[in-house]
Amino acid sequence: MRYQIIHSTICRYDSPVTVCHYHAKLIPRRLPFQNCPWHEMTIRPEPLQRFVRQDAYGNATIYFEIEGAHEELEVISSSFVELEEFVLPASEKSPTWKQIRDQCDAERWTAGSSASEYVCPSPLIRTNEELRTYARDSFPAEMPILQGALDLNHRIYNDFTFDPTATNVATKIEEAWEKKRGVCQDYAQVMIACLRSLGLPARYVSGYLETQPPPGKEKLIGADASHAWLSVWCGEDLGWIDMDPTNDIMPSTRHVTLAWGRDFSDVSPLRGVTLGAGNQSILIAVDVMPQK
Amino acid sequence: MQQQFLSQGMIPSQAPALDKSLPFLYSPAAGTWDEMIDQHGAIRPHWKKFHSMLQNDGVQSMDIHERTVARLLRDHGVTYNAYQDTGAAGRPWNLDVIPVLLSANDFSEIEKGMQQRVRLFRAILADIYGPQRILHDGLIPPRMLFANPGYLRAAKDIEVESGLMSTIATDLIRAEDGSWLALADRTQMPSGLGYSLENRIVLSQAYPREFKNCRIQRLAAFFERERDHFRELAPAYRRQLNVVMVTPGPQHRSYFEHAFKARYLGFPLVEGADLTVRDRRLYVKTLEGLRQVDVLVRRMEDHSCDSLELEADSWSGIPGLLESWRAGKVSITNGIGSGLLEAPAWLPFLPSICQSLLGEDLLIPAVPTWWCGQKNECEMVMNDPRKWVFKRAFYDTDRPAQSASSMTEGDLKQLLASIQADPEQWVAQQSRTLSTAPMWVDGALQPRPFVLRTFALGTMRDCFVMPGGLGRVSPEKAGFLVTINAGAISKDVWVQADGEVDQKTLLGGHQEVLRIARPPGDVPSRIADHLFWLGRYAERLEQTSRVLRMLSQRLTGEGSEDQMREIAVGLRLAKEIKLLDTAFDNNAQILTIQEEIHALLEDPKREGGIADLLGRLRFNAASARDRLSDDTWRLFNRLMDETLVKISPYALPDMIAKLDRIILDMAAFSGMQLENMVQGHGWRFLEIGRRIERGMASASFNHAAIEISTDDDAVLGPMLEIFDSTMTYRRHHFARPKLLLVLDLLILNAANPRSLHYQLEAMHRQVKLLPDESSLGGELKAREEIEGMIAAVNKIDLKSIENNARKTTILLEFCEYFSAQLEKFSDHLTEDYFSHTTRRSR
Repeated sequence: MRYQIIHSTICRYDSPVTVCHYHAKLIPRRLPFQNCPWHEMTIRPEPLQRFVRQDAYGNATIYFEIEGAHEELEVISSSFVELEEFVLPASEKSPTWKQIRDQCDAERWTAGSSASEYVCPSPLIRTNEELRTYARDSFPAEMPILQGALDLNHRIYNDFTFDPTATNVATKIEEAWEKKRGVCQDYAQVMIACLRSLGLPARYVSGYLETQPPPGKEKLIGADASHAWLSVWCGEDLGWIDMDPTNDIMPSTRHVTLAWGRDFSDVSPLRGVTLGAGNQSILIAVDVMPQK
Repeated sequence: MQQQFLSQGMIPSQAPALDKSLPFLYSPAAGTWDEMIDQHGAIRPHWKKFHSMLQNDGVQSMDIHERTVARLLRDHGVTYNAYQDTGAAGRPWNLDVIPVLLSANDFSEIEKGMQQRVRLFRAILADIYGPQRILHDGLIPPRMLFANPGYLRAAKDIEVESGLMSTIATDLIRAEDGSWLALADRTQMPSGLGYSLENRIVLSQAYPREFKNCRIQRLAAFFERERDHFRELAPAYRRQLNVVMVTPGPQHRSYFEHAFKARYLGFPLVEGADLTVRDRRLYVKTLEGLRQVDVLVRRMEDHSCDSLELEADSWSGIPGLLESWRAGKVSITNGIGSGLLEAPAWLPFLPSICQSLLGEDLLIPAVPTWWCGQKNECEMVMNDPRKWVFKRAFYDTDRPAQSASSMTEGDLKQLLASIQADPEQWVAQQSRTLSTAPMWVDGALQPRPFVLRTFALGTMRDCFVMPGGLGRVSPEKAGFLVTINAGAISKDVWVQADGEVDQKTLLGGHQEVLRIARPPGDVPSRIADHLFWLGRYAERLEQTSRVLRMLSQRLTGEGSEDQMREIAVGLRLAKEIKLLDTAFDNNAQILTIQEEIHALLEDPKREGGIADLLGRLRFNAASARDRLSDDTWRLFNRLMDETLVKISPYALPDMIAKLDRIILDMAAFSGMQLENMVQGHGWRFLEIGRRIERGMASASFNHAAIEISTDDDAVLGPMLEIFDSTMTYRRHHFARPKLLLVLDLLILNAANPRSLHYQLEAMHRQVKLLPDESSLGGELKAREEIEGMIAAVNKIDLKSIENNARKTTILLEFCEYFSAQLEKFSDHLTEDYFSHTTRRSR
């Protein structure tokens, strides 16, 4: 599949902002099954300069500052992305979850050690006994990791209600868990917490999802959204496998990966600190357009 | 000579006996190292001289030493905010009157060990934030690193030529054989250097003779090296380099030390909000615009440094700081991310890391410590938990160590359950009896558990260890948690010189503080803001005290009719400045009024009352502390001490005396402001703040007077008294007060330092000298406004008003105009010069 993606963010401030500093993680990653031949970002007002580097997780990070009073900031990120079909490995042949857990718990560096970073608590995700109890039901003793993860993916999809009014970006997973409601960020973070509670490595992925219009309707411009899901480490051979509990699917050619990290705080697509703003309103529109 | 009294056979070793007839001797517990007395009961050689001097002078001299120490600490205003979040005033710093002496040999061991530790820690940081060889080579468990919140992913792969670390501190204890063991390390912004310097200044003044005779190494050279090092960190191409020290602010537990050290080293002390990143360069916002910073000496925790990349709150963090650092535009010391090594979880792995990275044996081993994230180790610890002290694996100030040996069964069970649930988060450290050092308790020397914090500085080429340290003793006989937070008493540490004593000193025999002259424009806007409010609150405090004193004095009298009317006027004036609720009953009983005055004097919750204003005064003074002279500080400290004394609501004379003292102290403060402060931009804001407040008071009080009065002595007398202008009026008019004459004196007379006109002129003089448009950009409204007010005051013609039928209305309108204009002027001044105070949001 080929997509053109346009992701525009407009921040409007109540009172003029004199200085702001931003980090954007909006460049699609290059992956074995994902290519990004072209990316462009326009920013208004035009920043003095911008700098691109890779963060500790290999995500391209753009840093920019804007100086001079302004009441509106517009960031438009456009890219072309090519995706190859992801072939689902036979889930029952994956290592058992206990093997994975033990590999990540090694006291000396092993193949599983780099994944073990994603077992540890992170700024936004802590586990607790309740989550562990819930997660256990998907992982009986000899359960292959992939099969168990798919089961958990399915259960969270069933047990949760998608509800954009229930939570916001700062909602803690404990609250989302309590309400059993939320958006993709909550679905992903709850599932990550469940996996980590069993000692299994899981990381947070931010990106886009191509949405399909309801049958018989035209697709609306801007109807797509930033999306979030997660990856589970399934051993050295299989590596990291994506799961999308919000839709009860395994991401394939409709999910475009932007960045990954321990939780949302590592991958926030656009994060800024402004000086002098009162309240601000943010408008985000995303279009994921399939190309012929 | 004393040994025979103290041989172990004579004294039961379990309960050290205390012989009041021998206050300078004691018997240490058996099997425990004591700093002063050896296992045979003999005074250790390096203590002999000092000890015999103490003993010869006797107990009476100790009383004198104790008083000297207490007085100096109070004068210097040394505080420690143990409970930093409660907003309570810092508690006074505790310093024991007995120093701890270390021999040249003791010190040389510490010196070698600490030098190695600096090299080791630098190597570990370079490795962890770089190639992570020790991780891949299996020298540390991966989860020990990944679970550590001090491991900052944002600092990964930042290349810093100078290494991430300059100054480290290590807490040491003595094993039974006298060798040193490490208890904990402080690696990001080690506190205690400033306090140890302060301790030294105090004790060297308390024992000038002893200090000299015992040939004690001085500390000054260490601080000079530290200062030189901070300067050498600056990029070479910068000619006029700018080093600043950043602090979280007066609420931080060690703020005293931050301000003290900044002043001592001659670097400006700033807060996060004073700094800004532009084009990846770091700047400090001064009244005259932005000034680039080359070196940031950090007293803010890793996570608080950058609100863009770290978890810092958006108010104190500096967005973009990490980008600036990454780009090599600023040097930061200690580097961001160095807090990683404060985790006690590192201790068990240091010996093998030291072998691997340096090819050396670790010179200062740690107290045996195990990370519970390792299965076998955890099991071993859990099998015999009473032997251990449990600490959070990843250093957490708010969760002190817990000693399992003294716990109840229930507590221990609970602790073990939380360890089992989350073993990675814990370390177990061997529980041991701490070595002891003598402390002066109840008129005698007694052994107390002792911990020594040592400090080392790595420069570009060398490594220096401070010949001294911050000693801490527990006031309990068997304390295991010897931390300042937990109430430990600090100690000065005297290291004996082997050869020549380094005569270099930053503080001379007494006070000769080495300071670097600052460029005149170097006033951060925030400091100016605090000075402005310091001026306003100081003046408001004085005005309020004067009103309350006037009222209290009238209450003491015999209750004549005149007095009662003056009281009514006083109440009216108090309402005018919103001290009293307008609903407050004018016919209130004397006792009710008295209780009300008492509340205004003592209750910190009464907004605008004396206690409230003192709090505001202290906050602003503390925030601008490095700009105020030592004597000014002494004055504030005295004021705060005096006002701490609580007064009964019915002791009118005491209330009056307290108000008298405040009024005099405030007069002394304004005198110091005039005579002892350099009249730069900072001073200007202090001055303008004071003048605005006095001008506002003049407008308000005169407004009230006009409203209630014709030419009534009962109104005008108290007015003149509050404005301290009674004598002036008498000299001018030789008559009983008349309203218009009083107004002339209190509003129009430009020669009366209490008049409104005088305030306007004084402000105008200063406003003209403030940085103008050309250096700040944008238009400055404040200056126009002050000129408008002066024009207005010049136009007032009292003679023609006197005959006007609308006389009262016109006069009232004048006062209202000035109240409103002054308020506006204050707002615009804030907007023009301190606009950074608008909140940041994320």
